[in-house]
Amino acid sequence: MRESPPILSLRNVSKSFGAVHALTDVRLDLRAGEVHGLVGENGAGKSTLVKILAGAHPADAGTLTVDGKELRPSGPADARAAGIAVIYQEPTLFPDLSVAENIFMSRQPLRSLRRIDAGAMRAATAGLFARLGIHLDPGRPARGLSIADQQLVEIAKALAFDARVLIMDEPTAALSGVEVERLFSVVASLRESGAAVLFISHRFDEIFALCRRVTVMRDGRWVSTDPAAGLTVDDLVRRMVGREVSSLYPKTETAPGEPLLEVRGLTRHGVFDDVSFTVRGGEIVALAGLVGAGRSEVARAVFGVDRYDAGEVLAGGGRLPKGDTAAAIAAGLALVPEDRRQQGLVMELSVERNATLTRRWSLSRLGLLLGGGERAAAREWSERLRVKAARLSDPVATLSGGNQQKVVLAKWLSTGPKVLIVDEPTRGIDVGTKAEVHRLLSELAGQGVAVLMISSELPEVLGMADRVLVMHEGRLVADLPRTRADEQSVLLAATGQGGAG
Amino acid sequence: MTAAGVLGGEREGARLVQRVLVVRELGIVLALVLLVGVTVLVNPRFLTAQGVKDLLLGSTILAVLAVGQSVVVITRNVDLSVGSVLGLSAFATGSLLVANPGLPVPVALAAGVLLGAVCGAVNGALIAAARVPALVVTLGTLYVFRGLDYTWATGRQINAADMPPGFLRMGGATVAGVPVLALFAVVVLVAAGYYLRSYRSGRELYAIGSSPAAARLAGIPVGRRVFAAFVASGALAGLAGVLYAARFGTLDANAGNGFELNVVAAVVVGGVAIFGGSGSVYGAALGAVLLTTISSALPVLGVSPFWQRAAVGALILAAIGLDRALSARLARSLRGRKGHG
Repeated sequence: MRESPPILSLRNVSKSFGAVHALTDVRLDLRAGEVHGLVGENGAGKSTLVKILAGAHPADAGTLTVDGKELRPSGPADARAAGIAVIYQEPTLFPDLSVAENIFMSRQPLRSLRRIDAGAMRAATAGLFARLGIHLDPGRPARGLSIADQQLVEIAKALAFDARVLIMDEPTAALSGVEVERLFSVVASLRESGAAVLFISHRFDEIFALCRRVTVMRDGRWVSTDPAAGLTVDDLVRRMVGREVSSLYPKTETAPGEPLLEVRGLTRHGVFDDVSFTVRGGEIVALAGLVGAGRSEVARAVFGVDRYDAGEVLAGGGRLPKGDTAAAIAAGLALVPEDRRQQGLVMELSVERNATLTRRWSLSRLGLLLGGGERAAAREWSERLRVKAARLSDPVATLSGGNQQKVVLAKWLSTGPKVLIVDEPTRGIDVGTKAEVHRLLSELAGQGVAVLMISSELPEVLGMADRVLVMHEGRLVADLPRTRADEQSVLLAATGQGGAG
Repeated sequence: MTAAGVLGGEREGARLVQRVLVVRELGIVLALVLLVGVTVLVNPRFLTAQGVKDLLLGSTILAVLAVGQSVVVITRNVDLSVGSVLGLSAFATGSLLVANPGLPVPVALAAGVLLGAVCGAVNGALIAAARVPALVVTLGTLYVFRGLDYTWATGRQINAADMPPGFLRMGGATVAGVPVLALFAVVVLVAAGYYLRSYRSGRELYAIGSSPAAARLAGIPVGRRVFAAFVASGALAGLAGVLYAARFGTLDANAGNGFELNVVAAVVVGGVAIFGGSGSVYGAALGAVLLTTISSALPVLGVSPFWQRAAVGALILAAIGLDRALSARLARSLRGRKGHG
C-alpha cells in the first residue's frame, strides 16, 4: 500500500523566544484523508508548532511546504489562504460581534458593490450549525457563550472555508460527552472528504479512537512518529515524559472528618435549582455532569462570585453572606476557576505577584507590599508545585498552560484553605502535570482539607473522588459513594437517565 | 414594541441586541425631545425656523468630528488631536482662499480634507511605528499641530471681509430650511454608518476593537486598518475645519481649541464603547446634537453658564450609567439562554 504524498510537511523547524528554545529540529507530515495525533507534555512545544503552522509566528529555521510548494506565511492570512485552519486551545472570538460575523469575519458573503450580504451570511451560519448539529442563534453576540459553545463556533469557523488542513489544539478539552461525539463525527467526515487533520489532545482514548499515526514531542523536539495501531498508552506516556509515571491517580484513603462545607437548597432561577450537599474534611467530592449542567455556576455561587436566589451556604462555623467573596475567603474557602486566563490570573503581572495576590494583606507591612516577602512566599510555592518559569518576575502570560494552572493553584493554596473548590483542575494539562495536581489534591485531603472537584473527565472523577455528585440540567441527581460510582452509573445520571439515589 | 418584536423566535438573541442598541439611541432622542420641549415651554422662540437652523449649524461641526472619532474609538483607540487638526485646516483653507480669491470652493474643500488626512496619517504612522497607545501619541500631536498653527499664524487673524463671498455664502446657505453645512454632516454620517455596517473592512474595525489579539489571529491587517481609521478621523477633522472657516469667516490660530474633549463626550454620550467594539456613528452624531442643544438651551432656561459644564458632565455620567445597566441586562439574558439543546 503506497502512502499518499503529504499535503503539508515541516522539516527541521526551529523557533526560539529569547533564550528559550521552544522548538528544535521538528518534523511533521500531514497526509490527505488522515487524522494525525500530536501528543506531548505542556511546554513540549505543541502550541508553538501550532502558531507556526497558523502563520502567527515565523519559524527561525526549517521549511514548511504545502502541496510540495514552500510556504513562508507572513501572517495568519497567508496560512489561511493556503487552506490551513486552526482551532486554538483558547477560543479567539470577538465578544461584541454576532456569532455569524465571528465565523465569517473578513470572508463575509458579498452582494453588489462588495457589500456584505447579511442574509446569506446568516443562512450559511445556520447551515454550518445544522451540519455540526448545534443549536445556536447566529445573530446573538459571542459574549456570554460557554467555553464549549465558543469552541463549537471555532470549529464552524474552520469548516466555513473548507480547510484542507485542519489543526485542532485540544478541541475537546472543554467539551464533554455529546459534544465530543459530535466533534468526532465532524472530524471523520472531514477526513473522508480528503482533509488532513492534526489532532492535539491529552486524552489518549481520543488519540487512539481518531488517529492513524501519532507524533510525540518532548522539550521542543520531535521524539517519534508511528502508526497508532502499534502503540499503547504506556508507550506514549513513556515517550512524552521520558520517565515512568507511577500513577495518574495517587488517591490515598482518608477518614472523612467534620463537615466543612454545607450547601442547602441553593437555587438560582434558570441556572440551578435546590442543590444541597456536604463536603467533609479529608474528603474529595467530585461534581460530575455535562458541560452546561450548572456545576461551575454552583461553585461560583458558593464562593460568592455570583448571587443566588434561595438557599444557604455554611462554612467555617457560620452562614456565608451572599455574593461576598471576601467573607468566603475569610471562612477558609478557595476557588480555582475553570477559565484560568480570565478568572484565575492577571496575565500581565509577574508569576510572584499572581501567586501572592490572595495574600497581599497578610504579606504587607504597614499597608505596603514590599518585594521581599512576596518573592519568598512565591518561591516556596513555586518550588512545591514545580512551576517551570525562567524567572518568577516574568509575566504569567509567558508560561505554558500547565504552569499557569500551577500558579493559580499556588495562589490559593498559599492562603491555607480549609475548603478547596477546583473547577476542571487538569483541563488542558499534560499527563505529568496532571499526576502532580492529583497528588497535590490527595495530599491536601490527607491534611484534612475538604476538596470539591468539578471535572468533566470521567477517569479523573472515578480515580480521585471519595464521593461523586452528579448534576443534570441544574439539579443534583445523584450522590454516589466511591464503591458504587462507575462509568455507567455516572454517565446515566449525567444524561438524566434514571439517577441512582 | 417594534416591528421586530412580532417576528419568529429563531433570531431571539439578535433581536435582543438590536433592541438594546435601539433603546440606547432612543434614549438620546428622548433626552433631546425632553430638553427641547422644556426649553420651548420657557421660551417659544427657541424653536423658530431660525432657532432650528442655529441648532443644526451648531451641531454640524461637532457631529462631523464625532463621526471620525467614533471610527477611531470603535477600534479601541482615541484621537485627541482633532481640535488642533480642525484649527490647522481652518486656517490653511482661509489663507488659501485669501491668497487665491478665485479658487473654486470644491478645491478649497479638498485641500482642507487632504491636510487633515495628512495629519491623521502622521498620527496613524506614529502609533503603528512606535507601538505607543493612541492616547499618548495624539496627546503629543494635539500640541504639535496646534504649535504649527500658531507658528504659521504668528498672531495674524483672517477676517471675514477678506474671504471670497462665494465661500462664505456656502456657510450661510440653506436648502429647504436646512443649512448646507448640516447636509455635509448628514452625508458624512450616512456614508460612515453604511460603510461600518456593510463592508468587510468596516466590520473588521469592530473586530479589532472587540479583541485585538483575536483580530490578529483572524488575519485582519490590524495595523493597516487602525492607520486608515486615523486617516479617516483626520480627514473628517480637516473637513470640519473647512466648514468652520465657511461658517465663521473670521479665523485665528485658536479655532477648535479644546474641541477634542467635546468630541469624546459626544461619542461617549452617543453610546460608543470607549473600549471599542460596539456603538454606532448615528449614536455619536445624536450625542453631538444633544450636547450642542444643551449648551444653547441652558442659557434660555436661565441656567448660569457656570453650571453648563457640570450639566454636560452629568450627562456623560448618566450615559455611562445607562450603558452599564443595559449591558448588564443583556449579559444576564444571554447567560440565561441555554447555549444548545
